[in-house]
Amino acid sequence: MIRLDAITRVFRMGDQEVRALDRISLDIAAGEYVSIMGPSGSGKSTLLNVIGLLDRPDGGHYTLDGIDVTTLSEPEQAQVRRTRIGFVFQSFHLVPRLTAAGNIELPLMLEGMAAAERRERVEATLKAFDLTDRAHHRPAELSGGQRQRVAIARATILHPAVILADEPTGNLDHRIGGEVVALLENLHQRGTTLIVVTHDRELGARARRHIGMRDGAIVADET
Amino acid sequence: MKLADTLSLSLHSLASARTRSLLIVLAMALGVGAVVVLTALGEGARRYVVGQFASLGTNLVIVLPGRAETAGGFPGAALGQTPRDLTLGDAQAVGQLPGVRRYAPLNVGTAELSSGGRLREVTVLGSNAELLPIRHMALAQGRFVGSAAQIVLGDAIAQDFFPDGRAIGQRVRLGDRRFRVAGVLTTQGESMGFNTDEIVIIPVDDAQALFNTETLFRILVEARSRSVIEPVKAAITELLKQRHDGEEDVTVITQDAVLETFDRILRALTLGVAGIAAISLAVAGILVMNVMLVAVAQRTAEIGLLKAIGAPAATIRQLFLAEALWLSLAGAALGFLLGHAGSWMIRLAYPVLPAWPPAWASVAGVATALLTGIVASLLPAARAARLDPVRALSGK
Ligand SMILES: Nc1ncnc2c1ncn2[C@@H]1O[C@H](COP(=O)(O)OP(=O)(O)O)[C@@H](O)[C@H]1O
Ligand SMILES: [Mg+2]
Repeated sequence: MIRLDAITRVFRMGDQEVRALDRISLDIAAGEYVSIMGPSGSGKSTLLNVIGLLDRPDGGHYTLDGIDVTTLSEPEQAQVRRTRIGFVFQSFHLVPRLTAAGNIELPLMLEGMAAAERRERVEATLKAFDLTDRAHHRPAELSGGQRQRVAIARATILHPAVILADEPTGNLDHRIGGEVVALLENLHQRGTTLIVVTHDRELGARARRHIGMRDGAIVADET
Repeated sequence: MKLADTLSLSLHSLASARTRSLLIVLAMALGVGAVVVLTALGEGARRYVVGQFASLGTNLVIVLPGRAETAGGFPGAALGQTPRDLTLGDAQAVGQLPGVRRYAPLNVGTAELSSGGRLREVTVLGSNAELLPIRHMALAQGRFVGSAAQIVLGDAIAQDFFPDGRAIGQRVRLGDRRFRVAGVLTTQGESMGFNTDEIVIIPVDDAQALFNTETLFRILVEARSRSVIEPVKAAITELLKQRHDGEEDVTVITQDAVLETFDRILRALTLGVAGIAAISLAVAGILVMNVMLVAVAQRTAEIGLLKAIGAPAATIRQLFLAEALWLSLAGAALGFLLGHAGSWMIRLAYPVLPAWPPAWASVAGVATALLTGIVASLLPAARAARLDPVRALSGK
């Protein structure tokens, strides 16, 4: 489903060049559960951003579901992000002035769904993520675990084919982190492709496939 | 994203930055309000002046003896000639001209009015019955046909001499002559420095006898329509030139010329103050731009998040434009209300000034506010739409 072919991403800082991704080639099939590990600065986030169409590579080809997505226009890429990809971040990235329900509703709004249908979907999703009694709380009134649950609910409400989680447990204690990963694995069990970047060996080990990165290159790929 | 959702989401963003939003709305409102109030003032002044002129009569042509426009007075004076006076005969001949609806000869003087032991010096107008319609005066009581020894009293004089209100038919003395009260004028108050409540009107023959003169002070002429004022003016000049042995020794003035000048000046003045007020709107626009730029900077992470969950650049731009639209809509609406309330207070404080804001000013004020708000937010909105999501999410 995901096919990276010699993907390169170079950042220029003054006259210094950083090859965040150096000719990366990678195939990920639909329904896989992949963990990406590696030292800080090895290019894990950049790889996730390229896969999620948040970042454009400087070289190479990326085909998603057989389509060369690097050639898509900006609105087309946005639509792929909206409908095919769910992002989960370390720092949750909830909109602070919207309630839990409001945050979860955002992708439906962007999709242009009617208000009545949105309300139904949000209600069902809140229930599925055990957030019903937190529906009208703002992020500041939620615990870290609850915030990440809201973020995951928001990322998955349009049933994306791929979930990209960049250190989703980085800001959570071990126990809560375990719960969040269990939640993601639950979604994977229902067929969603799951790619998790993590520092936590124990959590990383739960994936079916383990990718190791260093200096912008893949140094290990084990199943 | 649906338009309604864009509007409600942007409204929500504004509501959470309440103080900032209110300040912008206020700045916009003051600008719009200033446009409305200042044009109301200008329009009021213009209407006041036009109204004052209109109360003197419409389509009015005034004939006065002598050449007024040459500083040296009557040009024939150097040749030992004296300007010819206007006579009743002149007035009657003018009245026969085509294009003239009615005419009134006019003599003015002062005399002592007495009745029942009361005595008072009054301004006397000698004329015919047409004076009333020409000068837009009306009788509260009685009838004036201009037959001999009839007198019409101004409202204040009638009340002074006949406090019981029964003036009609009473005998009065004016100078050494006797008159019978034929009518009482409705109260009009002062117009163009002339208080019609303090005058009396008598037939022109009686006035000429009273003041012992053969000449007229003025001939007032009402043209049939606005469009024939100029031909009537030319015809009067030509007629009187013939009657005065080929000498152009009268001055014919139309108040339209004066009125038009005032009208033009006051319109220009109104436009000018409206323009100055509109500049304050431009300042409000700069404020909007500044605040929107701050908002974009503060909400960088949020913009990145919206992009990550699939908002295209166009949606981001629309969200910020919608915020500006709300701000300027609220500012324009509040300014409209402020402006109309302000105009209303001016009208309360100065009832003679018809300070009604013209519709074009309200429309222009509101439209300028909307336009300013939108234009000022184009740059911030474009900046937000262009943000690189990865950097935006990392808060850089
Ligand atoms: N926007 C950027 N500008 C400049 N350098 C960047 C940028 N993003 C990432 N990098 C650099 O690219 C390399 C890889 O970064 P990243 O993908 O975030 O690594 P990881 O997620 O594995 O810690 C790092 O050296 C980092 O400094
Ligand atoms: Mg990272």
